[in-house]
Amino acid sequence: MRLKAMSDPAAKPVLSFPATAPSGAVSVGQIFREFLSIGATSFGGVVPYLRQNLVTKRQWIDDRQFVEMLSISQSLPGLNATNMAILVGERLRGILGSIAAILGICLPGGVLMYAVGIFYHQHGDHAWITAALKGVAAAAVGLILSTVVQLSKKSLAGKFDFVFMAMTVLAVNRLHQSVPRTLVVVGILAILFHRPSRRKKESANQ
Amino acid sequence: MNQIPALVRVFAYLSLLTVGGGMAAFPEMKILTVDVHKWLTFPQLIHLYSVGQMAPGPNMMMIVSIGEWAGGFLGGVVTLLAFFGPTAVLAFVVARLWKRLEKWPWRTSIQQGLAPVSIGLLLAGCFTMAKGAIFGVETATIAVGVLLILLQYKVNPALLVLGGAIVGTFSFMPR
Repeated sequence: MRLKAMSDPAAKPVLSFPATAPSGAVSVGQIFREFLSIGATSFGGVVPYLRQNLVTKRQWIDDRQFVEMLSISQSLPGLNATNMAILVGERLRGILGSIAAILGICLPGGVLMYAVGIFYHQHGDHAWITAALKGVAAAAVGLILSTVVQLSKKSLAGKFDFVFMAMTVLAVNRLHQSVPRTLVVVGILAILFHRPSRRKKESANQ
Repeated sequence: MNQIPALVRVFAYLSLLTVGGGMAAFPEMKILTVDVHKWLTFPQLIHLYSVGQMAPGPNMMMIVSIGEWAGGFLGGVVTLLAFFGPTAVLAFVVARLWKRLEKWPWRTSIQQGLAPVSIGLLLAGCFTMAKGAIFGVETATIAVGVLLILLQYKVNPALLVLGGAIVGTFSFMPR
């Protein structure tokens, strides 16, 4: 059936979107349900689950779009998970798609942490819970450090990027500067360093 | 006292600091929620953040717990909206403008420039948290162990955090 449709000239418009859903083909309800299921099952980090569900399983977007949206998500403020929900929702169904996607992905974890918060407030001082939480917090520090190492390997280029990273850490932890001030000052320095004219020169030299 | 306006202000502000991840806002979150508004203690903040790493979905849903403590059910809901609303609107606007931004030469400069700063903020948040979470040999061993395992093997991080809970229970349980 598929092959027949492909050789049929009338199927051409479909072929221009070989692996992704055309805008408007996925309903707001479908978007909400899909993101709700990602929000309920994505233990240990959302990005691989997003890729598995949206690209591999549903084929709503293709891998190239996914990677591009992820790089936009990473350079904007906001969590990757929620920024991706907004971007994918917008691509599929405009503003309603975005709202459905972000509500879906936030709802399960939000309800869970609401309940956990109440439980911890009432029972958090039990000896075995305090003991377990000390281990949990130490493990979380290791987890964040591994994220730092992996991100550094992937997106730091050259020794100056390490200088900007070190300046940021020193400003916040040692000089006790506020996060927004650090972000603006070091951010502008780093952006000017990576200015378009310099980039052109570098690629010309290679 | 009604904490709702303060919750909205604080979490809308923190929202805009989460460049590169929720942890980037952690030092500022500690100052505002613990030192300024006293909604919870520093150990409680660390515990909620860490437990939140085991929950599915976006990894900062622990803000809902803080909102609930400070302002009940309504507090939880407004905190969620305040924390995700501003960045959601920004992401939506950027998604709409993207076709035009794609060819803007400074776009790559901004992405390349923000990368080291956002990783630095993540690391700064991590150090702030480590001050409260790492004390003595046991906690340092757990943190380094998790780091090495994650760099070496493909393991679900949520399972390792759960493993931390088990090791913690055996290490710190008073006998």
